[in-house]
Amino acid sequence: MIRQFGLNEALFILSGIQATIALSLIAFVGGGIFGLLIALLRTAENKIAGRLAAAYIDFFQGTPLLMQLFLVFYGLPAFGIQVNQWVAVTIGLTLHASAFLGEIWRGSIQAVPLGQMEASRALGLHYKDRLVSVILPQAFRLSIAPTVGFLVQLIKGTSLAAIIGFVELSRSAQIIASTTYKPLLAYGLVAIFYFILCFPLSRLSAMAERRLSVSR
Amino acid sequence: MAYQFNFAALEPYWTQFVRGCWLTILLATLAIMVGLMIGIVVALARRSQIKALDFVAVCYIELIRNTPFLVQVFFIYFGLPALGLSFSPWSAAVLALSVNCGAFAAEVIRGGIDAIPRGQYEAGRALGLKPLQIFRYIVLKPALRIIYPALSGQFILALLTTSIVSSISAEELTAIAQSIDTLTFRSFEIYIVATLLYLTMAMLFATIFKAIDRAYFSYPVR
Repeated sequence: MIRQFGLNEALFILSGIQATIALSLIAFVGGGIFGLLIALLRTAENKIAGRLAAAYIDFFQGTPLLMQLFLVFYGLPAFGIQVNQWVAVTIGLTLHASAFLGEIWRGSIQAVPLGQMEASRALGLHYKDRLVSVILPQAFRLSIAPTVGFLVQLIKGTSLAAIIGFVELSRSAQIIASTTYKPLLAYGLVAIFYFILCFPLSRLSAMAERRLSVSR
Repeated sequence: MAYQFNFAALEPYWTQFVRGCWLTILLATLAIMVGLMIGIVVALARRSQIKALDFVAVCYIELIRNTPFLVQVFFIYFGLPALGLSFSPWSAAVLALSVNCGAFAAEVIRGGIDAIPRGQYEAGRALGLKPLQIFRYIVLKPALRIIYPALSGQFILALLTTSIVSSISAEELTAIAQSIDTLTFRSFEIYIVATLLYLTMAMLFATIFKAIDRAYFSYPVR
C-alpha cells in the first residue's frame, strides 16, 4: 500500500531529529572530554605521548567516518561484546569527534604564543597551573570558531548512522521515501531540517572567527 | 571468547580491492576536477556586481555546506528521477561529489582571489596588460599558492567522502568491500583491510601533494 505524503509523514521525519541531536550532543561531549586528553598528550613534552596522539589523529583523519563506524559495529561483536546500534554508533562518533577536536585544540594550544608558557614557567607555576590558568583560557578563545564548525560536521556525520540501520533524521526520511514513493519530497524536507539545524551554527562559527580576527 | 582472524579468506579477492582503490581514486579525481570548475564559476558569481547572481551562489554554497552528503546523494539518486532526471549509480555519485566539492572549492577559491592585493591588479593595468594577462601572469600563481593547501586537503576529504556513495551501490572501495562481505561473511577483516587501504591512499596523496608544494610553491614571498 502506498501511503500519502501528508503532515503525519513530515512529522515522522521530523521525529528523527531527536536521535540526531542526541547522538550529536553525546558524541560532542564525549569526544570533547576525550579530545582534550588527546590535545594535551599531543602538546605534551613527552615525545612518545605526542607520537601516539598524532597517530591516533592521523588514523581518524585519514579514514572515512563510515569505515570507522563499520569497524566499531562489526569489531565489537568479534571480541564478544554484543552492542546495539545505539551504542556502536555512539562509540564510533565519539572516537571520531575526539580525534578531530583533539587536533583542533592542539592547534589552539600551540597558537598561544610560546612566551606565555615561558613566562608562567619563570613565575614558578607547575604544569597543571600553567595549563589551567594561563594556556587553556587563551586557547579556548581561539578554539571557539573551529569547534563550532566541527559540531556542524559532526551533525552531518550522524547521518551515516542511517547506513547501519540506526533510525535518526536521514533514516526516517529513507523510511518515508520508500513508503510514500515521494523521495524528492522526503529528501528535500530532511535536507531543510538539517539546514535549520546546521546553518545557525555555521553562522555562529563564522561570526566567532570574524570577531576574533578583529580583536587581535 | 577469542576471535579467530582469518585474513586468508580475503586473499582470492585482492584484485577486487585493488579495483576498489582505483575506482575510489577515479571518483575523487573526477569530483575534484568538476568541483573546481563549479567552484571557479561560483566564486566569480560571488564577486559579481549582479546581486541576484551573488545570492544564488550564496544559497548554493550554504545549502551544500549545511546538509549531509548522504542526503545530497539520496536527493540526486532517488529524488531527481521524479523530475525526469535519472542517473546510473556511478553518474549520480560523480554528480553528487562534484556538486559537493564545488561548494567547498568556491569558498577556497574566493579566499585565494581576495587575498591578492588590489595594487597587483592596478600595477598590471599600469603596465598595459589586458585583464586576462593580469590574471595569467600576476594573479594566478600567488592565488594558487594560497589556495593549494586547502585544495589538496579537499581532495583527500573527497577521497574519504566517496565511501558514502556505496549507499546507492555506486562501485568503489566500500561498495566492493560490502559485496565481498556478502560472499565471505568476514566483515571485521574486510573493513580492517578497506580502512587500511583508505589510510594508505590518504597518506600517499598527502605525501605527493607536499612534494608538489615544495617543488612549485616554495619560493620566497618577500
